[in-house]
Amino acid sequence: MARINLQQLKHSYGSTSGGEPDYALKEINAVWEDGGSYALLGPSGCGKTTLLNIVSGLLVPSEGKVIFDDVDVTNMPTSERNIAQVFQFPVVYDTMTVFDNLAFPLRNRGFAESEVIPRVNEIAKMLELEDSLKKRAARLTADGKQKISLGRGLVRKDVSAIMFDEPLTVIDPHLKWKLRSKLKELHQRLGITMIYVTHDQTEALTFAEQVVVMHDGLVVQTGTPVELFEYPKHTFVGNFIGSPGMNILPAENINGEIGFEGCLIKTSSKADLQTLQGKLEIGIRPEFISFVDECSDSNNSSAIPVEIIRVNDLGKFKIVEVKHEQHLIKLISPEQYSIPSLSPRIIFDPDKTRLYADSWVVD
Amino acid sequence: MINKTTNQKAWFFVIPVIILVAFNALIPLMTVVNYSVQDTFGNNLFFWEGVKWFEDVLNSPRFHDSFLRQMAFTGTILLIEIPLGIAVALAMPRKGPWVSVCLILMALPLLIPWNVVGAMWNIFALPDIGLLGYSLNALGIDYNFTQGPIAAWITTVLMDVWHWTSLVVLLAYAGLVSIPDAYYQAAKIDGASNWAVFWRIQLPKMKRVLTIAILLRFMDSFNIYTEPFVLTGGGPGNTTTFLSIDLVKIALGQFDLGHAGAMSLIYFFIVLLVSWVFYTLMMRNET
Amino acid sequence: MIKYKSLLPIIYIIFLMLPIYWLINMSFKTTNEILGVFSLWPLEFTLENYRTIFTDPTWYNGYFNSIIYVVMNTVISVTVALPAAYAFSRYNFLGDKHLFFWLLTNRMAPAAVFALPFFQLYSSVGLFDTHIAVALAHCLFNIPLAVWILEGFMSGVPKELDETAFLDGYSFSRFFGKIFIPTIASGIGVTMFFTFMYSWVELLLAKTLTSVAAKPIAATMTRTASASGYELGLLAAAGALTIIPGALVIYFVRNHIAKGFALGRV
Repeated sequence: MARINLQQLKHSYGSTSGGEPDYALKEINAVWEDGGSYALLGPSGCGKTTLLNIVSGLLVPSEGKVIFDDVDVTNMPTSERNIAQVFQFPVVYDTMTVFDNLAFPLRNRGFAESEVIPRVNEIAKMLELEDSLKKRAARLTADGKQKISLGRGLVRKDVSAIMFDEPLTVIDPHLKWKLRSKLKELHQRLGITMIYVTHDQTEALTFAEQVVVMHDGLVVQTGTPVELFEYPKHTFVGNFIGSPGMNILPAENINGEIGFEGCLIKTSSKADLQTLQGKLEIGIRPEFISFVDECSDSNNSSAIPVEIIRVNDLGKFKIVEVKHEQHLIKLISPEQYSIPSLSPRIIFDPDKTRLYADSWVVD
Repeated sequence: MINKTTNQKAWFFVIPVIILVAFNALIPLMTVVNYSVQDTFGNNLFFWEGVKWFEDVLNSPRFHDSFLRQMAFTGTILLIEIPLGIAVALAMPRKGPWVSVCLILMALPLLIPWNVVGAMWNIFALPDIGLLGYSLNALGIDYNFTQGPIAAWITTVLMDVWHWTSLVVLLAYAGLVSIPDAYYQAAKIDGASNWAVFWRIQLPKMKRVLTIAILLRFMDSFNIYTEPFVLTGGGPGNTTTFLSIDLVKIALGQFDLGHAGAMSLIYFFIVLLVSWVFYTLMMRNET
Repeated sequence: MIKYKSLLPIIYIIFLMLPIYWLINMSFKTTNEILGVFSLWPLEFTLENYRTIFTDPTWYNGYFNSIIYVVMNTVISVTVALPAAYAFSRYNFLGDKHLFFWLLTNRMAPAAVFALPFFQLYSSVGLFDTHIAVALAHCLFNIPLAVWILEGFMSGVPKELDETAFLDGYSFSRFFGKIFIPTIASGIGVTMFFTFMYSWVELLLAKTLTSVAAKPIAATMTRTASASGYELGLLAAAGALTIIPGALVIYFVRNHIAKGFALGRV
């Protein structure tokens, strides 16, 4: 088990046309606690696989340090780091049986058969592979093979962390859930640090205790799923997480108050707005926008008049797309609520409205 | 492993291939079968002889000798070319500018017409005027491939290795670079030794291309004609007279089409049988 | 720094280059010098051999003829082999294993056996002395080879790739062209090179099926055997020149061969 510390990590695969190094990872500083489960979430190309390979030792970073538990492992080869990795496509040794596959890492390290056999059986049981042990690994289905890959990592008692690089990509959809639950169960049972790379927010949010959102080579925010949902520190996080994502609207500074197209908006920010610089935006999730009840609250001064464009009825709730002065806003309206037809107005929950300057949240 | 689905419409995909190949194969084959069971005294007069030619050929010491010589030759070159080809493919760079250079240079021997191969090795190996012959004799080795059977054999084998090993290299190399990186990465994580990587990942993944390479070399060397014929003419004596050379001598030299036809079919069946056995063994694990 | 591992390819390539250097050496000598003395470079340097080839139509036409039918054959072989190999790789159908092996059997007989029958066959359909005749005749052994190699590479591509593409809405031809072919680029490169090569060097059938109009270079070269023996200088020059088209082919497909199918980079 290990606490992973990344210090000023930067990585470049090559140079741009201008001769400058083209950084895939711009600067990463992070501490991942021993035994935690982390998801590296981000779109393709954001650098998450690069980061994963640097941690596991398959890649040596251009700059910076990787530290496991106080030991600087930056230049240490993979086999010495006690890392296991499960890849996107199942990697098994075709010519060997399932048993031999699981035993392989132990036998390579010189363990006696008397230790290998019970350990392999133990892991096979955990992964529900006991019935397949005598079969040739090549004959298993994709999810079976991924389990073998996982098993090869678990079988080593000294494994400090397991890295997953989008492991469910080739798994059948109805088996994805099963495998995901198994991973979570194993994590709770064994307490091994697990780092899971994905571009699928559902996978990330259901698997991990802490989600590390990456964008363009930087870690934009690290937090629990709830934190990321409620308090996105960067407009990217707001947009990426949630379905539909956060509405990001341009804002202006009107004498110390925040305005959106002329309407004054209250935000959760406690900062001194007089000195605020940069491009201002407000972010509000569709879940926290509601229609003004004209009967009871017609004097609400923060209400924004809108025109209804489209209503998507999804059963339990409706996603309503509205427009105000060329800006499209999405809001979620509960099932039983009828949408006002005459001059509808919407209102943002001020506690959930975030203020962003140059895409970063203003506290 | 590919899980194949059953689909009879797949026949449409193979029909063009069948037409083109069958056109060239079946009709001429009929002719050969025809010759092998008849006798002729010229003038296109044929007499039915049944299996007489087959019996003759199978019982003739000349055939036995050629056959043994052929087996020895094919066995030798397979034992050299396959491991050497694999070793070179493994040692070649995977990326970078040298890859192109290597591939092009290695391919050159394959591109030379076979009569030129025979002729150039002929000169190359002659004691007084060829680089190889001259150098060996200058080192004190008494080397003359036109007179000594052992020298003739070694030269013929060397020529074949020079000519054909690159085929094995190219196939093995293409198979090798098709192995995804993830396998090597997983092997690193599992602490596998270089030998284990070769034995458990590289070789199994190259199985299909290696089967192709081995069968190709077997078939081609079994039927080899032009290069040894131009190099040694089958000599000295008949020490390098392999099956095809013998066949042509009988067919054209003695105009003995009956024997020749029977011999052709017998060789064909031998190659067929060995290939079938080998192929089945290699492919038995693929569902 | 040169790694020890590179020693093997280097030695191997040197071994390959020695006879070729000797060939080129011979091509700049007169036949008398070749047979008379041992010299590491031409004592009497001559361009006469090359001049003959470049000025005598029977010689340079030989090259053009060979190139024409070889290119025809490569295109035909690879084109029909691709769908067939796909079928063998992905589907079970009645008689598939036997059909596959039957294809291989067409490479097992010596060409000498087919010479006379082919002559009769192609003459009877009026294709004697045409490029297409040789191109078609070479299909006998090149198509099975192409199918065989391509099938081997295709089987290394997981079927999940096909299924994902169909789920994403690709039509079969779009999938085949845009997705599948790039992933087997390595195999296609190898196949193209080998079909080119085997057709280029095949002498017996090419000679049998042609006389003047489509006479290949290999046949022209046998002409150099005259009463006084081989015109070795000329043969060497012609041989040296035959290397060039094939070298160009492999130059163009080198990237396909060296590129691997990298899983996970989709």
